[in-house]
Amino acid sequence: MKYETVIGLETHVELNTKSKIFCACGGHGASEEPNDCVCPACCGMPGMLPVTNKRVIELAVTAGLMLNCDISRYTTFDKKNYYYPDLPCAYQITQLNHPICTNGLVSIKSEEGNRDIRIKQIHMEEDAGKLIHEGKYSLVDFNRTSVPLIEVVTQPDFRSPQEVMNYLNKLKSMFRSGGISECENGAMRCDVNISVRPEGTEELGVRSEIKNMSSFESIEKAIYYEIQRHIDALEYDLEELVQETRRFDEKTGKTFAMRDKETAADYRYFPDPNLMPILIDDEWLEQIMANKPVAVDERIDYYRESGISEEEITVLISSQTATKLLEEVVAAGCDARETVKWILIEAVGVLRKGGKGLDDLQISAEDLSAIIKMVTESKINRNSGKAALAALIEEGISPEEYIKSAGIDRKLDSSDILAVVQKVISDNQDIVEAYKSGKTKAFQALLGACMRELKGAGNPGVIKEMLEKNL
Amino acid sequence: MKKIAIDDTIMIKGELAQAGSHILEGYRSLFDAEVVTRIKNAGYEISGKTATGEFGLDLVGEFSYGAEQKGKLHGDAALQVAGGETDAALAVDMNGSARRAAALSGITFIKPTYGTVSRYGIISCAASGEQVGVYARGAEEAAQVLEAISGHDDKDGTSLPEKEYKYRTEAAAGGKIAVIRDPEDKADEDTKMKMEDFKESLKASGVTVDEIELDFLSPAATAWQILMCAETCNNISRYDGVKFGHRADNFRNIDELYINTRTEGFNFLTKAVILYGSDVLSKNRYKDCYEKSLKIRRIVADSMAKIFEEYDAVLTPVCSKTEYEAYDIDEAFGKVFEESEFTAIPNLIGIPAIVSGGVQMMGDKYCESKLFSLAAAGERGLK
Repeated sequence: MKYETVIGLETHVELNTKSKIFCACGGHGASEEPNDCVCPACCGMPGMLPVTNKRVIELAVTAGLMLNCDISRYTTFDKKNYYYPDLPCAYQITQLNHPICTNGLVSIKSEEGNRDIRIKQIHMEEDAGKLIHEGKYSLVDFNRTSVPLIEVVTQPDFRSPQEVMNYLNKLKSMFRSGGISECENGAMRCDVNISVRPEGTEELGVRSEIKNMSSFESIEKAIYYEIQRHIDALEYDLEELVQETRRFDEKTGKTFAMRDKETAADYRYFPDPNLMPILIDDEWLEQIMANKPVAVDERIDYYRESGISEEEITVLISSQTATKLLEEVVAAGCDARETVKWILIEAVGVLRKGGKGLDDLQISAEDLSAIIKMVTESKINRNSGKAALAALIEEGISPEEYIKSAGIDRKLDSSDILAVVQKVISDNQDIVEAYKSGKTKAFQALLGACMRELKGAGNPGVIKEMLEKNL
Repeated sequence: MKKIAIDDTIMIKGELAQAGSHILEGYRSLFDAEVVTRIKNAGYEISGKTATGEFGLDLVGEFSYGAEQKGKLHGDAALQVAGGETDAALAVDMNGSARRAAALSGITFIKPTYGTVSRYGIISCAASGEQVGVYARGAEEAAQVLEAISGHDDKDGTSLPEKEYKYRTEAAAGGKIAVIRDPEDKADEDTKMKMEDFKESLKASGVTVDEIELDFLSPAATAWQILMCAETCNNISRYDGVKFGHRADNFRNIDELYINTRTEGFNFLTKAVILYGSDVLSKNRYKDCYEKSLKIRRIVADSMAKIFEEYDAVLTPVCSKTEYEAYDIDEAFGKVFEESEFTAIPNLIGIPAIVSGGVQMMGDKYCESKLFSLAAAGERGLK
């Protein structure tokens, strides 16, 4: 029999805020040593009260707008009770009854063209700490406690592992480009709800939930494994499927059922009396909308029209730095395709030498557009442009300054070039002879000599033409 | 007036803050509660800390860890204020224990409008109804201290925006109050006498006194009991032996660490509150208990608001007796529940209440001045 897979996702994303959700401690990635980013509030000490970080609400709303959600104008926090050493208050502040965003829609690529995935809701919550197990005892690190998260919950709309991966990649690109989250180092974690049913039937099969996976690779493997387990169970009666929570073991590549005790809890949710309901009025919502980054879909369409390749688009939209720079440089009058090459090839090349990546790029659109314009307008050649870019990235030297100091700021007219060409010819008579006797390689040597003499200034095409004429 | 004592549910930097519980034994606060900061800034001197019953859950403070009371019961802070050892004291009013203690000692206690005094730095239990109040020997002193501690605080999300509050205590010209007819005749003869004395004293200063009936005293008490237990259960679940305070010596795994620590650390009354609170929040009880209590809270608030359109205050007893005798902790949960029928409404709906002359007056939100004026008038008449 043929089977159809039905998958729904719950994706936790750590928000890119300066501080935690209910206290002033630094946010995601702000700390290196265990417990160096904690205060009495996020350690669960008595006397401290939660005060909501406004930025968390703005980022959650922005995420909702990007995923075409309805934004709740009235939103509340609830407490979820359970005991675990990494949860210092023994409750987590989350949203149950009035989540901040509902009813969204995101379009993804699938084997059959584009498909819409419905977003059930997005809610805000605080993260838990980390346990470090060492032999007979365990240590607790509260750095991650109260780091803000949003949980994006989809309807069971995925029909294949590929669709899930496309969705996750898109979510990652959107959130990175929108400044919502870095989506790395465990900042994006997934729970996968999965079931299979005979193709053509409507009724959902028995569902299992695979909890807390943070690498895309694991998620994909776990889904493939789980689909096969369900189909085998149905086809060969190998086991009886029960609704349960499972974990994925990266070493064995298999999923296994969690102990009942870990999953049968009644979380005794109730509204948090310490946090007043949040009202999002028109003015605030308009402010958030005005600062919302361009929707990824619009951006991708624009890039395609500009002739940027799919590969380049993928890299670009996942980097807020790159997209912002690109947009500003294009706005300054440079060609989009040309600019992409300068950013993704030249700038990244320089950054890699210094062991850095695209997101470390800190140059102004003004400087980059100046370099690109000088090159396209043939004021300097491409190599000089690259050198200027390297000086800009590595030492912060402005292009104008660099070109002046390197002696290539001359405005060249053809008489300047002609003089140099004639000088090179008279200085290198032996090479000229060789060229005339048929050694074509000698021409390159002469051209190189001219360019050295010009210190990188001048249009190579013009120099070449003049050299040919004068030989 | 200079010296102010601080109850052990309110934190002073570097000082022990144990809330009368074994589970917080040895715990010292890392910071001052906002009310303590304000008391210091206003130039008062802190005379010391006063003992409280474990998490303020008992009648007046009789079940404080290691100091259970025998014989006639009293509240430590109330006794010190009454005896002149300190001029005033701050305490958290969460389930009426401070108001009862003030009545027993014949002093004044003001429980202010919810949100007017910061809760930052108190050992929180029932977040939606607890509020720091003031013990003093009279309405005027209580008003002075309350002015010093009230006003907006950014560190408390439930704090109201008003920056400061000014209170008047001069006797009201006239005024009109309501006395609730006691439907179940819970108050004893001595308490009834106190009510009569206070009524007469008010009448003598020109206050009109009407008698009215209220049919929601008992449901209001039950609703607050449910909310109070649920919130307390949740708030004190952080005392688990992992981070600070008492930790059991013997455990083989994390579950035993929790269970043994909390079994040893809490007294019987607190355990009853935890069980009751867990139960009302459980999936199959939530709708009938917790959600219904929230509805009752709304109905009671609306009904009281209507009464306050006509009356400046509602006069009621605050305890069923004028004296409490020591009793067994097994009976504590039921006893406190029963007595809370007199005290629950101000906690449930956040209105102010003042205890004076052994009785209680409840007022509309932000109408502390009316209560102070009436209490001052009543106190003058009693002298």
